[in-house]
Amino acid sequence: MIMALLVMIFLAILLGLVLGYSAIKFKVDGDPMVARIDAILPQTQCGQCGYPGCKPYATAIAKGEADINQCPPGGDAGAKALAELMGVEFKPLNEEHGIQKPKSVALIDELTCIGCTLCIQACPVDAILGAAKQMHTIIASECTGCELCLPPCPVDCITMEPVLENSESWKWKYPIYNIQKAQKA
Amino acid sequence: MQLKNIFKFNGGVHPDENKSASTRHPIAKLAIPKKLVLPLRQHVGHVAKVKVKPGDQVLKGQMIAEADGNISASIHAPTSGKILKISEEILPHPSGLPDFCITIEPDFEDTWIEKKPISWKKIDRAQLIEALTQSGIVGLGGAVFPTHMKLKINQNQTIHTLVINAAECEPFITCDDMLMRERADEIIQGALITQSILGAEKCVVGIEDNKIESYEALKKAAQKTTVEIKVVPTLYPSGDAKRLIYLLMGIEVPKEKRSVDLGIQVFNVATVAAIYRYLELGEPSISRIVTITGAVKTPQNFEVLFGTPLSDLINAAGGSSSKTKKFIMGGPMMGFDLPSIHVPVTKAMNCVIESSPELFPDPKPVMPCIRCARCADACPVNLQPQELYWFSKSSQLEKAREYNLFDCIECGCCTYVCPSNIPLVQFYRYAKSEIIAQDKSKEAANTARERNEFRLARIEREKKERAERNAQKALGAQEKQAEDEKKSTIAAAMERVKQNQQENVKN
Repeated sequence: MIMALLVMIFLAILLGLVLGYSAIKFKVDGDPMVARIDAILPQTQCGQCGYPGCKPYATAIAKGEADINQCPPGGDAGAKALAELMGVEFKPLNEEHGIQKPKSVALIDELTCIGCTLCIQACPVDAILGAAKQMHTIIASECTGCELCLPPCPVDCITMEPVLENSESWKWKYPIYNIQKAQKA
Repeated sequence: MQLKNIFKFNGGVHPDENKSASTRHPIAKLAIPKKLVLPLRQHVGHVAKVKVKPGDQVLKGQMIAEADGNISASIHAPTSGKILKISEEILPHPSGLPDFCITIEPDFEDTWIEKKPISWKKIDRAQLIEALTQSGIVGLGGAVFPTHMKLKINQNQTIHTLVINAAECEPFITCDDMLMRERADEIIQGALITQSILGAEKCVVGIEDNKIESYEALKKAAQKTTVEIKVVPTLYPSGDAKRLIYLLMGIEVPKEKRSVDLGIQVFNVATVAAIYRYLELGEPSISRIVTITGAVKTPQNFEVLFGTPLSDLINAAGGSSSKTKKFIMGGPMMGFDLPSIHVPVTKAMNCVIESSPELFPDPKPVMPCIRCARCADACPVNLQPQELYWFSKSSQLEKAREYNLFDCIECGCCTYVCPSNIPLVQFYRYAKSEIIAQDKSKEAANTARERNEFRLARIEREKKERAERNAQKALGAQEKQAEDEKKSTIAAAMERVKQNQQENVKN
C-alpha cells in the first residue's frame, strides 16, 4: 500500500518535472492562432473591420472579441476560410463594415498635389514616396488599395483606379459548355 | 528508315495528321507588308526595352528593343523603314488583350544594317552567350524561351547530349518539316555550333517516321559529321522535350528537375538554324517559317517577317474559303482561337489553321464523366486526369496541386480520347491560372504584412528615440541648473570676500 503510494508520488513528481521543463523549453511565442488567422486576412491594412490593421483584427478574432465577417477586402471567401479555421458557422460579410470592391490602387494627381506629406503618414505600407513641398507619388506595386490616404488629403488629389486585366495577369476562365440531353440510340 | 533503340512512353494518341496539304509547295517568301507591328512581349520573361522613338529611321536587322535582364530577348527591325508609333495593339494571345507594340512603316528598300558575323570558334563561351543575348533568338518550337539562357550552363553542370527536336508531332503543322527539306545544311551546321557551345559529346536529332523526305535530307547533310539522326514513331506528343528525351535515350526527367540537370539540352530545328544564321551570316531573328493551312485555298509554308499582319498571310495563301473566318494559332491539339485576323505574326507563331465546320465540327454535347479512365491511359505524363478534372471542376485547387496538376503539359490527349467529350484541358488551364493568381496575391499579402510590420516598428523606434532625446534634454537642464547654483554661490562668496577686503581697507 505504502509502496504503491510512493510509486505514484514519484511518478507524479517526475512527470510534473518533465511537463514543467517542456513548458519552458518548448514555449510558443505569441498565439499561433493569431498567425493562422492573419495568414488568411488579405493584409490590406485598411481598418474597415474596426481594428487598426489586419494583425489587431486577427488577435481580436482569436480572443473571440470580433466576428469573422468584418473584412470587406476578404469578402465572403475570406469569411468562409475563417469560419473553417475557427470551426464556426459561415456568415456572409457584414455590410456595416463596407462592401467588397474590385482591387484598386491609389493614384495621385501630380499637378494638384501640394506636397503636404499627410498621405505619407496615413499609408500603412509606406507605399507613397515624397517629401515636404515636393510632389508625392504612389508606388503602385506596393499599394494595397486601403483608401486610408484619401481622407487626409487637403486638396482631394488622390483617386482610386481599379486594376485592369492585362495580358500578363489574364487568367483562363472556368469552362462553360452546354449540357444537352443525350439522344436515344 | 528503321526504328531502333526506341523507348516508347506511356499513352499518347495518333490523330489524323493532315500534313500533306501544306507540303505540296516549297517555302515561299512573303512580300514586305505595308506596316509591321512588333509586340514587345514575344518571348517568355521580361518585356524588351524600347530603343527607338517614333519618327526614327531604322535599317533591316537593327535592334529596336533590347533584352531587359537575363530572361528576355531583343527585337530587331525586320526591314528598313520608319518607326510610326509605339502603342497598344491586339496580340495573338488567347486573352485578346492589347499590349505594347512598335509599328514600322517599311520603305520597301529592305536595306540591311552592316552584318557582323561572329567568329564563334575564336571567342570564349561567355562572350558568345553575351552576343547571342543580342540576337533576339528564342525557342521557335513554340515555347519562345530565350535561347541564350539555354546555352548558359552552371559550372557544376555538364551537358553530354544535345537533342535536336525535329519531331513536329502535332497535326497540320509542317513548318519544321519544310525547313528540314529545304535547309537541312543550316540545321546541321547550327546543331554543330550549338553542340560546341554546350560542350556536348553527342548530338542526336529525333524525327518522327512520317517525315521521310526530311529524314533523307538531314541524313545527307549530316553525312560527314557526328550528328546522329534517330527515327521515332509517329505518336503525339513525341515532340514534347521530355517525351522526346525518353524516346531517344530511355531517360525519364524526374518531377521538378529539368533536362539540363541530367546533362541533356533540347533545341528545336528552327532554333538551331537561327543560331547558325546569326553567328555565320550575322542575321538576327527577324523572320520565321509559318504554316498556313486548314480551310485556306492553297495551304503552304511561308517565310514571314515578324510583325506582318496575319491577314497578309491569309491572302498569300489564296484567301479563306470558309464563312466562319475562325483561325487557330498552333495546332489543333494545343492551339487557341485567334482574337482577330489583324494580329501580327510573332516568334511563337508556327502555324495558323483556318477552322471550318468540315475540319473541326462543333464539339459534341458534353456528358458526365463515367470514370472509364481512358484519359489516364492516354496521359503521356502518367497523371490521373479524371482526378484532376474533379478537383478542378469543383475548384479544390490545393487538392489539384497535390495530384501534380503542374506536371500536366496540356497536350490535350485526355480531351481527345474522352468518350464524354469533356474539355478536360480547359479545366486544367483554368485551375493552373487560378492557382498562379492565388499564389501571386498571397505573395503580395506577405509583402504588405512585412511592410506594415516594418512601419509599425519604425514608428515605435522613433517614439522611443524621441523620448530618449527628451530625457536627455531634461537631464541637461538639471545639470545646468546645478552648475548655475554653484556659480552663483561662488559669485556670492567672492562678493563677500571683496566686501570683507574693502571693510579691512577701510579699517
